[in-house]
Amino acid sequence: MLSYFANPARFMTLSAWASPIFLGIAFVLFAVGTPWALWLSPADYQQGETVRIMYIHVPAAWWSLGIYALMGAASLVSLVWRHALADVAARSAAPIGATFAAICLVTGSLWGAPTWGTWWEWDGRLTSMLVLFIIYLGYIALWNAVDDEDRAARLAAILCLVGLINLPIIKFSVDWWSTLHQPASILRMGGSAIDESMMGPLFTMAGAFFSLFAGLLMVNMRAAIHRRRVESSRIRQEQA
Amino acid sequence: MSAFAALFRRELSLMWASGGLMTPLGYFVGAATLTPLAMGPDRALLATAGPPLVWIAAALAVMATLERLFQADLEDGSLDQMMLSEAPLEALVLAKGAAFWCVVGAPLALAGAPVSIALQAPIDRIPLIVAALGVGAAAFIGVGLVGAAVTAGVRRGGVLIALIVLPFFAPPVIFGAAIASGEDVEAAFLILLGCALGATAIGPFAAAAALRLQAE
Repeated sequence: MLSYFANPARFMTLSAWASPIFLGIAFVLFAVGTPWALWLSPADYQQGETVRIMYIHVPAAWWSLGIYALMGAASLVSLVWRHALADVAARSAAPIGATFAAICLVTGSLWGAPTWGTWWEWDGRLTSMLVLFIIYLGYIALWNAVDDEDRAARLAAILCLVGLINLPIIKFSVDWWSTLHQPASILRMGGSAIDESMMGPLFTMAGAFFSLFAGLLMVNMRAAIHRRRVESSRIRQEQA
Repeated sequence: MSAFAALFRRELSLMWASGGLMTPLGYFVGAATLTPLAMGPDRALLATAGPPLVWIAAALAVMATLERLFQADLEDGSLDQMMLSEAPLEALVLAKGAAFWCVVGAPLALAGAPVSIALQAPIDRIPLIVAALGVGAAAFIGVGLVGAAVTAGVRRGGVLIALIVLPFFAPPVIFGAAIASGEDVEAAFLILLGCALGATAIGPFAAAAALRLQAE
């Protein structure tokens, strides 16, 4: 099925209406999730109102990891099957993933100030997340530095696969170096430790972030494909 | 003589002839010298904060020398010769890395002794710091091979290499610095060894894959 959608022409027709749909879903989910998270859900018994930062921080963190994993999968496809659409997907996802990582770091810092009493702590989770952000930047910089686009795609793919090493480190950093950042509280043995009243807005916001990513990814990919077409038709005209 | 040994010797003599030894060493000592100048010469302060900074200087020194690692081979066609050779490219990349370790990594580790003494590290910890720097240099170089290979075709790729390898230098720096300041030495040393083994195992394969693309 994947190879069916991997045809660029088919992707263009599909994404022409899929990307506005995803952006629309993101808009609706944000419209529902934001008031739910920021006003209607209960405040934490210890942290008070600051817990609401979670509804932005956690989804951004999840998807900045998820997007990198997706880029890793796309890079593998690009290296193994040399598929142009996989290159475009990985390249287009990177700035969104970097932005999500930055949102995660900034909101985490804002959250840390009132609850931990520090804006930044060199703890395992924070450090590895910062490392992920820098890996994103390096990946984007490599894409921009290599002139030949096919070569850039595959070099960046190699770099992306090497960087995958960081994902399990981020995930397990809270268990390996337990300092300030709390350990996993949702995906853990023995079920979630978060009250159910907070799960609704959290997952709504996670869905909103994902739909936003999917919509923006398609917009980015469409722009990249259009740009390639313009360039190739310009080259054709110059040759004619 | 096997291709591995031949390339290893070629790299050694090339790096030796081009003064490859002195440049990173000088850089390392220079960067470490800036530390007490910035922190002030207070001995108690230096003793706690100084030794880990050896690792920053070492990471910077390796980073600064990575740029030319494959670029010259790409430009003068040696890389094409390497790919024509029957020996696997991965092994040849490993040979280059090994030579790089001998010319840059090992001297850097040895120079780590006087530098750490100057930064007020306790004398009895010096052998450990030197050994850790040697192991850490292997980890830096394993990662550096990949960074140098993916940026080999880029003009003035020095800053780009630094940006790419920097995040991967973090684990050896973290655990190396822990050794230098004497915390959980045994565990940190084992993890550092693990970083070096992992980087040496993965680095040549990723670097060789990138070099094949560069030579196309």
